[in-house]
Amino acid sequence: MSVERTEELLLNMGPQHPSMHGVFRMVVHLEGEVVTKLDPKIGYLHRGMEKLAEGRTYPQFIPYTDRLDYLASPHNNFAYVLAVEKLMGVEIPERAEYLRIIFAELARIASHLVFIASAALDIAGWTGWGYAFRDRERILDLFEMTAGSRLTVNAMRIGGMSIEPPAEFWPALKSFLDDLPEMLEEYYGIYFGNEITMGRLKSVGILTPQMIQDLSITGPSLRASGIKYDVRRAEPYSIYDRFDFDIPVLHGCDSYDRNLIRLEEIKESAKILRQAVRDIPEGPIMAKVPKLIKPPAGEVYHRVENPKGELGFYIVSDGSTKPVRMRIRSGSFINLQVLDEICRGWKIQDVIAIFATLDAVLGEVDK
Amino acid sequence: MKALNQLPTTISAAIRGLFSDPQSIWADLVMTVIGIIMVIIVIVLAALVLILLERKVAGWISQRPGPNRLGPRGWFQTLADALKLIGKEDVTPAGADKFIFKVAPMLVFGLPIMTLAVIPYGMGLVPVDLDLGVFYFLAISAVSTIAFLMAGWGSNSKYSMLGGMRAVAQMISYEIPLIFSLLGVVMLTETFNLNKIVEAQSVVPFIVLQPLAFLIYVIAGIAEVNRAPFDLVEADQEVVAGPMTEYTGLRWGLFFLGEYGNMTAVSALAATMFLGGWQGPEFLPGWIWFWLKTGILIFFMMWVWWTFPRIRIDHLMHFAWKVLLPLSLLNILLTGLGIYIYQLVIGG
Repeated sequence: MSVERTEELLLNMGPQHPSMHGVFRMVVHLEGEVVTKLDPKIGYLHRGMEKLAEGRTYPQFIPYTDRLDYLASPHNNFAYVLAVEKLMGVEIPERAEYLRIIFAELARIASHLVFIASAALDIAGWTGWGYAFRDRERILDLFEMTAGSRLTVNAMRIGGMSIEPPAEFWPALKSFLDDLPEMLEEYYGIYFGNEITMGRLKSVGILTPQMIQDLSITGPSLRASGIKYDVRRAEPYSIYDRFDFDIPVLHGCDSYDRNLIRLEEIKESAKILRQAVRDIPEGPIMAKVPKLIKPPAGEVYHRVENPKGELGFYIVSDGSTKPVRMRIRSGSFINLQVLDEICRGWKIQDVIAIFATLDAVLGEVDK
Repeated sequence: MKALNQLPTTISAAIRGLFSDPQSIWADLVMTVIGIIMVIIVIVLAALVLILLERKVAGWISQRPGPNRLGPRGWFQTLADALKLIGKEDVTPAGADKFIFKVAPMLVFGLPIMTLAVIPYGMGLVPVDLDLGVFYFLAISAVSTIAFLMAGWGSNSKYSMLGGMRAVAQMISYEIPLIFSLLGVVMLTETFNLNKIVEAQSVVPFIVLQPLAFLIYVIAGIAEVNRAPFDLVEADQEVVAGPMTEYTGLRWGLFFLGEYGNMTAVSALAATMFLGGWQGPEFLPGWIWFWLKTGILIFFMMWVWWTFPRIRIDHLMHFAWKVLLPLSLLNILLTGLGIYIYQLVIGG
């Protein structure tokens, strides 16, 4: 006589799956549709960047940093060159500083637009995806105008910028900033303000401040749980202290607020961009750095506020042209730890939605 | 225009006239066969047009042009897709229950054909004039639940199984509000015959008398056909393609055609029961009015898909059992009261 019993279903999601944000694999333990345990498995995009860094000179490594968080590549360049310049003690010309901030904030907006698009897509708000990607195209056009490449921009160098944006960059940037508030209104209408979206995302996947502290979560997820912490204010780098911008904070701790906070951050980035465009001086874009970059022996850790979290570079130098050790502290990798805990007790559909709000880019996670 | 409106009646009379006894069983047989062929043509053409239209409408809503490379403005896209699907390798997953796996898509495609057979497409243009029309329609569309479960079970894949289980939960839950919302119309006309229901709407379409029922029917209908926002059965992001995950080539194509056939059937029934079927002002023949009304409902389904995100399974069940079901029961109560009061006023 057979005994009827219910079994736990082990569902393998990924690495090939229509909604994984990159090549990511999750082994989900399910009771019916409810998740009892989630086992993330990473490493599918591991390229050995930290080891490769030991065989490359400092300027040679800059294109590699592009491929870390490929959705906001100028920001990765930013983090890296700032770390090396801190080690070397180089002064950057004013115009280069402003240009770097412009590219970094444009990257932040682009990354958040991809976030909005993927978050919408993961709960099947197909048009929200279409709108966000359409608007992101304008930023990619700006990047292409300057650097020739849409995604991996590679425009920063140790000592400044490698290239000056062309004349048509500035009017295009200005028109993009002018159209931005209307675009954000559209997203609100089609995605954020939708009853079904709110039903799917509100109170789902609670990330408590205690969890954040225990697991050192950084980035917008931090600010969606009420903690007002941003590296740009905590440890100002470059010339961020000259700009007037707020750190938006929401207190919901749920997926919906993690979505909404990025909308707010886009508005703040637009503020910074407008000030930068207004205040940018004329001048050189590259400092006087030696042809062969040989930082003095020592170690440095520099962190920036990446759109995904805190991106930090720890570089150990022995005075030669190649680093001895480079360690990349990527926000997505650390943020991903929390996935198991916040998904327990929710359904499969929520797992997808929650994973989207953690905004992990596998390039950063696996390096 | 009247001549055009009565074209189907004239043609069928002419065909019957070819026989020595126009009412003989052979004439009936020939008319039935012609009816079946007509339904199959309808469903194939509908699928052909709808597949492309869906992608075009989807594109326009999300600010894209949609397919526009194959043929003038992309009109040959469906043909190209069909040819591509025919050319694909036919894979049956290892460990799959072969019989169930192979029969499921046939069922999914065959059932809409059966349901579309009772719809009146124009004056005198109904392939099978059943006195049990509405009842038959609902009974056949209920069988499609089993077809999805067969596909989910027979594929021997966890994703398919999940999708199949979701299909059962969803389709069973939404069948009840669907049936109850149609009950209001049946109470008004006291017949299940779809032809008579259309003729009863010659003065005013039933959407005016049964607005709540229409709303419930449209929502439940979208849920029955597994269209967004109720498309958890085939949710891309969660269960890859639900019960259809392991199907390749033309088998998958049959699922697809079946989905569009179902969509057409549900819209056609709504047009018949609530919007007046082929009735309409004289400047257009009846069979064009019918397709206009059905087309508007189909367009509405596409519109809703590309606007709303997907609903979660527990919200889905909550909505069906705690919102739609009480509302549809309320509708029946109000209709009953209305009929009673009307008869009091008229009779007394």
